[in-house]
Amino acid sequence: MKQPLPRWADLVLLPVVCLAVALLAAGAVVALVGQSPPQVLAALVHGAFGSARGLSYTLYYSTSFIFTGLAVAVAFHAGLFNIGGEGQATLGGLGVALVALAWAPLLPSWAMLPLMLVAGAVFGMVWAAIPAYLQAYRGSHVVITTIMFNFLASTLLVYLLVNHMRPPGNMAIESLPFAPSAQLPSAQAVLATFGVEWPSSPLNLSVLLALLCCVAVYVFLWHTRAGYGLRAVGASPDAAAYAGIRPQGKVMLAMAISGALAGLVGMNEVAGVSGKLVLEFVSGAGFTGIAVALMGRNHPLGIVCASLLFGALFQGGAEVAFDVPGFSRDMVVMLQGFVVLFSGAMTYVIAPPLAWVLRACGLSGVPHG
Amino acid sequence: MLAVQMRGICKRFGPVAANADVDLSVQAGTVHGIVGENGAGKSTLMSVLYGFYPADSGDVAVFGQPAQIHNADDAIALGIGMVHQHFMLVDTLSALDNIVLGAEPHWLLRRATAQARARLEPLMHSTGLHVPLDTLVADLAVGDRQRLEILKALYRGARILILDEPTAVLTPQETLQLFAVLRQLRAQGTTVILITHKLKEVMALCDRVTVMRAGRVVQDMPIAQASIETLAQAMVGRKVQLGPRADAPSTVPHADAPPALRARGLGVCDALGVWRMQQVDVDLFPGEIVGVAGVAGNGQSELLEVLCGLRAPAQGSLELAGQRFTPDHWLDPLRARALGLAHVPEDRQARALVMEFAAWESGVLGYAHRAPYSHGPWMRKAAMQAGTAALMERFDVRPRNVRLKSSKFSGGNQQKLVLARELGQAPSVLLVGQPTRGVDIGAIEFIYAQLRALRDAGGAVLLVSSELDEILALCDRVLVMYQGRITGALAIADCSQTRLGILMAGGAA
Repeated sequence: MKQPLPRWADLVLLPVVCLAVALLAAGAVVALVGQSPPQVLAALVHGAFGSARGLSYTLYYSTSFIFTGLAVAVAFHAGLFNIGGEGQATLGGLGVALVALAWAPLLPSWAMLPLMLVAGAVFGMVWAAIPAYLQAYRGSHVVITTIMFNFLASTLLVYLLVNHMRPPGNMAIESLPFAPSAQLPSAQAVLATFGVEWPSSPLNLSVLLALLCCVAVYVFLWHTRAGYGLRAVGASPDAAAYAGIRPQGKVMLAMAISGALAGLVGMNEVAGVSGKLVLEFVSGAGFTGIAVALMGRNHPLGIVCASLLFGALFQGGAEVAFDVPGFSRDMVVMLQGFVVLFSGAMTYVIAPPLAWVLRACGLSGVPHG
Repeated sequence: MLAVQMRGICKRFGPVAANADVDLSVQAGTVHGIVGENGAGKSTLMSVLYGFYPADSGDVAVFGQPAQIHNADDAIALGIGMVHQHFMLVDTLSALDNIVLGAEPHWLLRRATAQARARLEPLMHSTGLHVPLDTLVADLAVGDRQRLEILKALYRGARILILDEPTAVLTPQETLQLFAVLRQLRAQGTTVILITHKLKEVMALCDRVTVMRAGRVVQDMPIAQASIETLAQAMVGRKVQLGPRADAPSTVPHADAPPALRARGLGVCDALGVWRMQQVDVDLFPGEIVGVAGVAGNGQSELLEVLCGLRAPAQGSLELAGQRFTPDHWLDPLRARALGLAHVPEDRQARALVMEFAAWESGVLGYAHRAPYSHGPWMRKAAMQAGTAALMERFDVRPRNVRLKSSKFSGGNQQKLVLARELGQAPSVLLVGQPTRGVDIGAIEFIYAQLRALRDAGGAVLLVSSELDEILALCDRVLVMYQGRITGALAIADCSQTRLGILMAGGAA
């Protein structure tokens, strides 16, 4: 028997309760290893939000999570589970780097940066389009193929870097640094032009790009005909076919957009931070995106919030590992694991008791159909 | 002796009282009918009895003993068996395996089935429930599956049998067989509780009947004191006029008018190479309702899917609005709509509505690309909401809330929304599948009136229905489908329940 939660509780209260339960569980483990949970939590929050530098790092991590979270969400609305964000982001970075290496010495940055952006999106898009085609027209399940494409992307990057892109005589497995015109301005540089002093950090202009993508995804899904059709296919393929919407086309479209969004991680990591192509620059953002989308209920606004949370966990966690003696990096991973577990998988376990509590408090004004 | 006594049963879902202080007493060894509109609380009451959910308050006694029924296992232990409207069978197992499943008398499967078979043979003999035990369920006819479900319940020791809409999927002849079995069971002392919409069946079979409306019992009387009219009135709360025909058959002469739709030699072959439909010819003239009668699964669904463009046939041709279509170049649903063909699919929850969508999003399904609903690539939300609100107003869809999720409407209101959407386009051809399946009697009346209004305005309607009463009440001509072919084409004046029933079962008229 399903007792629905009121909408406000479903969207706001439930995630907060889930997060609180996750923190309690993590706190219990922290206490078990002999640390003080309040001290660790304080260090975490302070590390993530307590200083301009900390905040910058938090936002920098969040940026990649927004891209990959949106990628998962768009596919999800079409009824597809895109696990391939990691690989699509890798290819996106490759696209950004290839364009930067080829043309950056010749073109100014106002031409370079849009070109790199397009290249990143197109590379991610193409990498997602292959599994999408196999799903739409050949029936291979997209979950399986996108996972495999993650491995392919990873080995492709290693191969290209080791054999073709590494400058001769260089021991480090990375490309040449990009020319200055291919460097996405950092937050520090941008704010300096407005006379604001800001500490040096990896935070760069792509955070604005990420927010722009949130708006674009929202408009696309809920205000365009294509988005309407895409959601119809996701919610009920039979009804979509009845309405004259071709599911194959929508599968291709959803995965293409999804791949393009994931590919933009390359703008943040490659063009914004490292300024050259390195190995493993995605570092799990593709997978974190799944948790982000899950927690953000596949809505852009929710994804921004969830990305901030995960960004804070990454940044604050690193600070905790640094500040609190005896608190290793692994403990931070454990904490992230609890958050994913409780806000993703355990939502449906926590919702019924919460509904019960709300009813008992007389707060459950559910309009019934 | 009372087999079941339920007293003061209350069950609320949120602010809705599904059962409000319901009393039900069923005498042992009788057939007891429970009738009521959708949402009247019949299913809730039976779910409480079968342990699907607990009542908020009230007592249940079974054979005089107070009973606490928390789940289906408790119910089975007390001798209560239930046959659901949608069969709970595993298609890939044999009939015997299905009976044994979950109640194996021995841990070795071979011994278990042998013991079960030994018990089942006399049971089948004494009750008349003959089922080929070694056949896969997938290969069984619908009537056999239902007998299997009943046999399964009896095998588990059911002395009280709850049947939920048992005749929805049966031919008239199979229905008669079922009734014979139920009478036999009654004679042997089994108590039967029959949940149904069909008042005729109640009159034919039951000893006593309980009428529910809006969660309450409004009438409870021996069948001798009941009549179809009084029961219908008690169910709906007012007088109902469904049929026989309230109007004369259409008198539009078709001979000289061209057909609105002409299909020739349609054939559909499934992935296994089986012909699901073969050599089907259909002509639809403006101003007539043509019924397609048949037991579900005899090719009617394929016919609808082909005509509306959801699938291309393997052979045949179609002429619609002056255009000709062949299998290599078949129409698609968008094209069909553009040519003035509207379609109310058989399965509204899977096809006609997106259950996750708000009413206004489902209310434009299939027409979202048209003005005024869209402008270039943009959706015009305000126009969509206003359009849906107007449809809801015209077809009295309740509640009138365009933002409510489609799944939150009752079956009858979902169907009204779909009909409103399709009829709202003033189509020249309307395909309708099972328009009143699971719809309550008040809404049926309304839906019939709307279909007749479209016919009278010159629309051509193809009505696929497994309800003979519906065919007889609405149609001007009737086609009967059996095993994928049209086995009879009759004018309405030549139709009778028996004649159609025989044709539907594959006999010669």
